[in-house]
Amino acid sequence: MKSTLEKITSFIVVIVLPALVIYLTIFFALRKSEPLRIEIPLMSETIAQVDHSQFAILQQNFTDPREVTAACLSCHNKRDDELMQSSHWLWEREVNIPGRGIVKIGKKDIHNNFCTGAQGNNGSCMRCHIGYGWEDKSFDFNNPNNIDCLVCHDKTDTYFKQKGYAGMPATPETANAEFKVPDYNYIAQNVGYPDRDNCGVCHFYGGGGNNVKHGDLEEALFNTNRKVDVHMGTDGPNMVCIDCHKTEKHNITGRSYSVSAENTNRISCEGCHTDRPHQDYILDYHNHKVACQTCHIPVYAKVNATVMYWDWSKAGRRDENGNPIKEYDADHNYSYLSIKGRFVYDDNVKPEYVWFNGTADHFFTSDSITTVPVQINTLFGDYRDTNSKIWPVKIHRGRQAYDPVTKQLLSVKIFAHNKGEGAFWEDLDWPEAIRHGMEYNERYWSGEYDFVDTEVTWPLNHMVSVKEETMSCTECHTRDRSRLDGLTDFYLPGRDYNKWIDYSGFAIIILSLIGVIVHAVLRIF
Amino acid sequence: MLLVMLLTITGFEIHGNFEIMGFENSVRIHSAAAWSFMGLAVVSIFWMIVTKQYLNFIPTTDKLKEQLQYYTSGIFKGIAHPTHKTLYNKLNPLQRIVYAGLLILIFPVQIITGLGYMYYHYPENPIDADGLLLAVNAHTIGAFMVVAFVIVHVYMTTTGHSVSANVKAMISGYEKEPDTENTTEESTTKNQ
Repeated sequence: MKSTLEKITSFIVVIVLPALVIYLTIFFALRKSEPLRIEIPLMSETIAQVDHSQFAILQQNFTDPREVTAACLSCHNKRDDELMQSSHWLWEREVNIPGRGIVKIGKKDIHNNFCTGAQGNNGSCMRCHIGYGWEDKSFDFNNPNNIDCLVCHDKTDTYFKQKGYAGMPATPETANAEFKVPDYNYIAQNVGYPDRDNCGVCHFYGGGGNNVKHGDLEEALFNTNRKVDVHMGTDGPNMVCIDCHKTEKHNITGRSYSVSAENTNRISCEGCHTDRPHQDYILDYHNHKVACQTCHIPVYAKVNATVMYWDWSKAGRRDENGNPIKEYDADHNYSYLSIKGRFVYDDNVKPEYVWFNGTADHFFTSDSITTVPVQINTLFGDYRDTNSKIWPVKIHRGRQAYDPVTKQLLSVKIFAHNKGEGAFWEDLDWPEAIRHGMEYNERYWSGEYDFVDTEVTWPLNHMVSVKEETMSCTECHTRDRSRLDGLTDFYLPGRDYNKWIDYSGFAIIILSLIGVIVHAVLRIF
Repeated sequence: MLLVMLLTITGFEIHGNFEIMGFENSVRIHSAAAWSFMGLAVVSIFWMIVTKQYLNFIPTTDKLKEQLQYYTSGIFKGIAHPTHKTLYNKLNPLQRIVYAGLLILIFPVQIITGLGYMYYHYPENPIDADGLLLAVNAHTIGAFMVVAFVIVHVYMTTTGHSVSANVKAMISGYEKEPDTENTTEESTTKNQ
């Protein structure tokens, strides 16, 4: 006979204790701590502003924008030295690339995957140079008065560089309905720190239109909400570009790897959010190998579409009357332009993912094609590299002209003001456009051309989603269409498994079951 | 037992075999359950050492053949168990070998590889563990072993002198040996 005490003991040991252990286990397992909240004074709200309308020098009658620059520099001395060191001015930097050593690279003369290259197309491309009139090779990079202060510091939203004039605003000779001669007194008396309009006017429209290049930087960010960009949303922290791209002495932090190569002067999320932003071990631990952007930018081009594919080989077609053609896709984005070729636009795009350690290589004009698709840039990194993290990227694919004899990509003259100057956009004549482009760039061309697949990889950093729309675990940790299916140099729980171990494991389990069932049946009969 | 089941279910969900409570919950519960399991393991080991119960788990080949014969033929004919239970001889030779294997091979491997997976799986560590690929596979093999063990283990509880006798003994800690003189040895069993 069991005593009551024994019964109570049994009950506690058999029911209460195990239940308590399980309860506590699950309780502590599912307890999540609150993510860290950041309260940091924004640079844009803390810079002291001066009332420039009081300065006599800005009351003068300006006839040329270079006179405005001279007036600026008469007070802001040495700023010109800072600017003339910058890549916004030089469009190149001295960098050390593994396998190449110290080289100079930049927008100035590397290939890109959009309008192929800037040199020779100065009128159009150099509109986004922070200088006045980089029309050709004669541009004086040592003349401080060639610096365009206003494009970055205009706060009136009335200053614009004119289309096709290599960075010059409209003059009385060139002014038209779209571009008027700026009111320099009004603009100069109201200058201030750059806001999103100043940066966006170039960085949102690169490649010949809104969101053509980046995918995560476009005109929707001029005025947006938290769901599109949690930082820039006017219903959120309402941050402007320079709040993250902190700038001292005109050195703007942040890198775009379409032109950059080195892991310096970058911005990190951790700079504000610390390396333990979730206050949760398993989430924070991901940051060793996964960039914040990977989970927090689940889609890009959230508002307007971005160009995913650009096929130059189809360019040049004319309609029956010999006129250039424009065709649109269902979403009213270009699908074909005679002057540019075939396009594929897409919005709400899921990124692709690569290992990236902050260094990159680029395809130089002197490089020969060894792999197809040609990698216009190559982001370095792999699982075993300490500095590498999984990074979301936009991969822009294209087809560009190349020389089948020298195996080099060709520099093409695309832009000119008039027909007959060899520019493709005017004459739609490939051999002439290539000849002029190669001549301007002082490169050899065999006379033959064909087209080759090309790819450029852009790390994504903007359009960070609200936390409710952050990626869930099983977007990657799944056997079925993991977002990281392309990265196979490591074991990812939930995605990877060893077929043989799984098969033999289940075989053992099934055999055990059969074993005990057979054994039981034998016992009964 | 419940913990092991919890670990198994969440473990195989993390492995990608099915979806029950969601990947994130599975990960969190698996980690917490692992800690509970390790805590209980420490308590058990302490208890086994102070009460000398560990003696029960030292493998022996004595009467191993008889025990094997019993399970493969004798049990069907209804003959008596070939071994008898005393305070320091609760387990028959087969149990000793299987339990010792579990305690020495499977559990430590699961715990070490599991801890490695929680805290040591990135390649920037001083000793590159290769993403713990080996550990991952060992952990998976161990998991299959545990499941197979549980199946047979649960079934074997019915092979006492009556179908429910062994379970009762596990719960109450008291066990009656029929047809022998020294009965009712105390043998408290941790219910894990």
